[in-house]
Amino acid sequence: MPDNAVLSVILCLPFAASAAVFLLRALGRNLAVWLMVGTALLGLILSLWLYPAIADGSALRQVLPWAPGLGLDISLRVDGFSWLFMLLICGIGALVGVYARYYMPPDDRLARFFSLLLAFMGSMLGIVMSGNVVQLVFFWEMTSLFSFLLIGYWYRGASARDGARMALIVTSGGGLCLFAGVLLLGHIVGSYELDAILAAGALVRAHALYTPTLILILLGAFTKSAQFPFHFWLPQAMSAPTPVSAYLHSATMVKAGVFLLIRFWPVLAGTGQWFWIVGGVGLVTLLLGAYSAIFQQDLKGVLAYSTISHLGLITMLIGLGSTLGVVAAIFHIVNHATFKASLFMAAGAVDHEAGTRDMRRLGGLRRFMPITATLALIAGAAMAGVPLLNGFLSKEMFFAETLVARQGVVLDIVPVVIAIAASAFGVTYSLRFVRGVFFGRVPADLPRVPHEPPLWMRLPIGLLALICLLVGVLPGRVIGPSLHAAASAVLGVGHMPAYSLAVWHGVTTPLLMSLFAFVMGCLLYARMRGYFAGREVAPLIGRISGKRMFERVLGVVASDIPRLLERTLPSRRLQPQLLLIVLIALLAGGLAATSAPFGFHPRWSSVDPAFALLWLLGAACAIGAASQAKFHRLAALILTGGAGLVSCVSFVWLSAPDLAATQLLVEVVTTILILLGLRWLPKRIEGLATESRMQSFRRGRDVLFAMVVGLGMASLAYAAMMHPVANSISRFFLERAYTEGGGRNVVNVILVDFRGFDTLGEISVLAIVALTVFGLLRRFRPAAESIHAPLQQQQQTALDAAQPSRAVDHSLTDYLMIPGLIIQLMFPVILLFGLHLFLRGHDLPGGGFVAGITVSVALILLYMARGARWVETHLRVLPVRWIGLGLLLAVGTGLGSLVFGRPFLTSHFRYVELPLLGRFPLASAIGFDLGVFGLVVGATTLMLIALAHQSLRRPRQPADDATLETGAQG
Amino acid sequence: MELVLAAAIGVLAASGVWLLLRPRTFQVIIGLTLISYAVNLFIFSIGGLRTGADPVLRDVAGDIAQYADPLPQALVLTAIVIGFATTSLFLVVLLTSRGLTGNDHVDGEDGTP
Repeated sequence: MPDNAVLSVILCLPFAASAAVFLLRALGRNLAVWLMVGTALLGLILSLWLYPAIADGSALRQVLPWAPGLGLDISLRVDGFSWLFMLLICGIGALVGVYARYYMPPDDRLARFFSLLLAFMGSMLGIVMSGNVVQLVFFWEMTSLFSFLLIGYWYRGASARDGARMALIVTSGGGLCLFAGVLLLGHIVGSYELDAILAAGALVRAHALYTPTLILILLGAFTKSAQFPFHFWLPQAMSAPTPVSAYLHSATMVKAGVFLLIRFWPVLAGTGQWFWIVGGVGLVTLLLGAYSAIFQQDLKGVLAYSTISHLGLITMLIGLGSTLGVVAAIFHIVNHATFKASLFMAAGAVDHEAGTRDMRRLGGLRRFMPITATLALIAGAAMAGVPLLNGFLSKEMFFAETLVARQGVVLDIVPVVIAIAASAFGVTYSLRFVRGVFFGRVPADLPRVPHEPPLWMRLPIGLLALICLLVGVLPGRVIGPSLHAAASAVLGVGHMPAYSLAVWHGVTTPLLMSLFAFVMGCLLYARMRGYFAGREVAPLIGRISGKRMFERVLGVVASDIPRLLERTLPSRRLQPQLLLIVLIALLAGGLAATSAPFGFHPRWSSVDPAFALLWLLGAACAIGAASQAKFHRLAALILTGGAGLVSCVSFVWLSAPDLAATQLLVEVVTTILILLGLRWLPKRIEGLATESRMQSFRRGRDVLFAMVVGLGMASLAYAAMMHPVANSISRFFLERAYTEGGGRNVVNVILVDFRGFDTLGEISVLAIVALTVFGLLRRFRPAAESIHAPLQQQQQTALDAAQPSRAVDHSLTDYLMIPGLIIQLMFPVILLFGLHLFLRGHDLPGGGFVAGITVSVALILLYMARGARWVETHLRVLPVRWIGLGLLLAVGTGLGSLVFGRPFLTSHFRYVELPLLGRFPLASAIGFDLGVFGLVVGATTLMLIALAHQSLRRPRQPADDATLETGAQG
Repeated sequence: MELVLAAAIGVLAASGVWLLLRPRTFQVIIGLTLISYAVNLFIFSIGGLRTGADPVLRDVAGDIAQYADPLPQALVLTAIVIGFATTSLFLVVLLTSRGLTGNDHVDGEDGTP
């Protein structure tokens, strides 16, 4: 008995091989081919090995726990039906791999191609092997994604890009519907496990949500299997390389939809909705596909529409709702995969050798490539449903199914007529394909003289054609047991219908229907051959193009609606948008306040006069900053700093020294940053300030809103302060900080230990911001009028130039001499102070963040006093490296705890005796804090230096200006 | 105390919001700074104000009530850092926009209020 663990091996193999192909891409294309074919063959062999375990209709399962708390596991389940699909996926995958090696242009290294193809193979295996429906949808969407990438493989062609985009939008949109559908299904059943769902068929069908669930799941299946009205993406997907069309768009991916229908057949089928929707859609698709296929001029176009038609046939069989229909559907899935994949490969061979796929320019090729012609003849005959080939058998079963009367009305005749018509059309397009290309006269204008393709290109076609023949001649021997295993897995061993796989059943009605359709098809071809060749589009329906409708819908959704929204919504300007946000916030706050118990009982006695005076100053600063920010930027900046200082003092007052220190230092750095930026802002244009009535209205309105917001914030803050929090988690932190975190400064212990993960996120944000600032400033182009050196510098330069005793830039050497000297002397002291702040952080106010800012303040002071050139010749500051090392150290410390079997970022602490310093508490969190320190130094310094460096820019040359202007216009 | 701090938060928020709605980028950056002061104080004040409480644990184990609440402090410390990061980013975006458009209007087009 095979082991269940094989399942995960089969599933993981293609993904591992895909990664390997990509990583080893330098080693040439043959390795990629070997990996592709080897993986597929290994998967095939392992799958075949599983056969004894699933032959009797039972299933193999493997569950890998993933998030057991949420009830989510990675669950694999293989029964006879999925086993049959695994054979198809792996078997045809191997053949396509061999074929593609010779089909694809020799200058393509194929690493990307095979990497994608293998990843697709893994995703497809994931769909059929999933034991959990959410997991199934995940793999489903992955196949859509890889199909997109493979259709667009030759991404330089516009048709490849458009086809890929269309396929992605249609199939992944359907995938989203499917997702909603399985969520509903899981909700009804109470489990997402396939076994539970399959056992709950009666419950699902009786549930009130049955119809929406059914429709959503059907949308997923119909889009994937190219059923009407979503069929239009499949012909467009023919821009893909032919091996991809053979593999994805005929043999496997488009079968995922019908796979799903059969998979859920025991759960969803048997109702009126199922019969009418699935059967009806299948019927329409069958006829429409077959009819359109006759009028195609592109070889792959014929095959694409024929695929649509055959998928419609399978869907219709499933929709009829009888057990025999399911058996026939499974049988036809296999048959269609074999003959259609070989026909695609044959079409590719013709294209490869003759240089065109246009049927009007092809003919008589059997003289040049007799073997390919023979193989295509066999496969084409199977497609037409000629006896002794596999297509005949399943078509026979299909005819028999249509004859079963169900509704007892005239409607029963409709499927029979349509089946015969579609079958006749099938004969016609098969004849066009085979006879038109390989027989008849050789056209004079063949793009090149064709000859037989290489052996390795013919071999996959030949193997598939051989299977068609073997199944057709010896159906009971070749496919009987597999079909039985697959069908009994879906239907249950006790519910298998009686069917016979013999070639000859005597003269029956289905045989007569088949014969009639065959004769009609031949006649149609003989009489109308010239007419078909002259058509660009199919008559009657040619004008209704799904593609054009899709593009129109896409245009409406992606362009018209946004434009409409842009017109309807207030504005694309920032100010009205911000106003809207403020108003919505006000509204939300006001609504919340209506239900709040609100009592205002001020205790004037508790007001500390000194604190009140302090905030009088703070409020004056804030209002002053607000009024001065327009024309007196420096004043506004200083006033803002004043408000910041007042809040610093408040933090000290209210027992929060850590906050005060941090706020103070951040204040310093922010002010320096903005000061550095001020230089690039425009000057006030005097005499422009005539205020219109509209402007003064806006100002008045904004003052009003601002005052309402302020009042609201004040009352909210007051209410929050007067409402003591009874049981906060602070108690936990206070109790555990020393005993478990090893630090007395609880705030610091929270940051580096209890909530270390949050801090890690926070410093990552800081690093990202610093790098963004750096990146933006590298491309910074100052405005034309602020390029020139500041006035004072210009005057000094003029002075230097005018006096013969002074050299150029002489004034600069003496600039800020005394402060510079002091700062230079203080530099090591400030660094030491930073170190002190860092080391005491765990027990006393301080810590990595404050220390980091202190060090960067020291650096920027040095920059200010000595100038960027001096500092950079004397000191190598590598801020990006600091950022990287800091982040690595923080993450590394966190990972360190994994080594000891503890969760990420667990801290450990102990006392160590150090010489001179004595007993010293050493927590592993100090490593994390050191990371924070390094990152903060790096990030802050990077931003400051990047901004400061802008002043070193030389005024741009006129030529530079010209290029900038033309660039701006272009 | 509470009354004064609540009023202060209100004034800071009002000044900040007024500046936020102005058309010049520099006004907006100052406005954001003022709003962040207000919000930091607001978060800090949730759960009540304490004067003269111990910010760090003492050697002898005592009553937990004598210590200042560390949780809002830790939150505000994080908020200060993130506020610093966003202010810097906004400053650089402001400068880039100024360089590209030639003016300091929030929408990059001058001539409007």
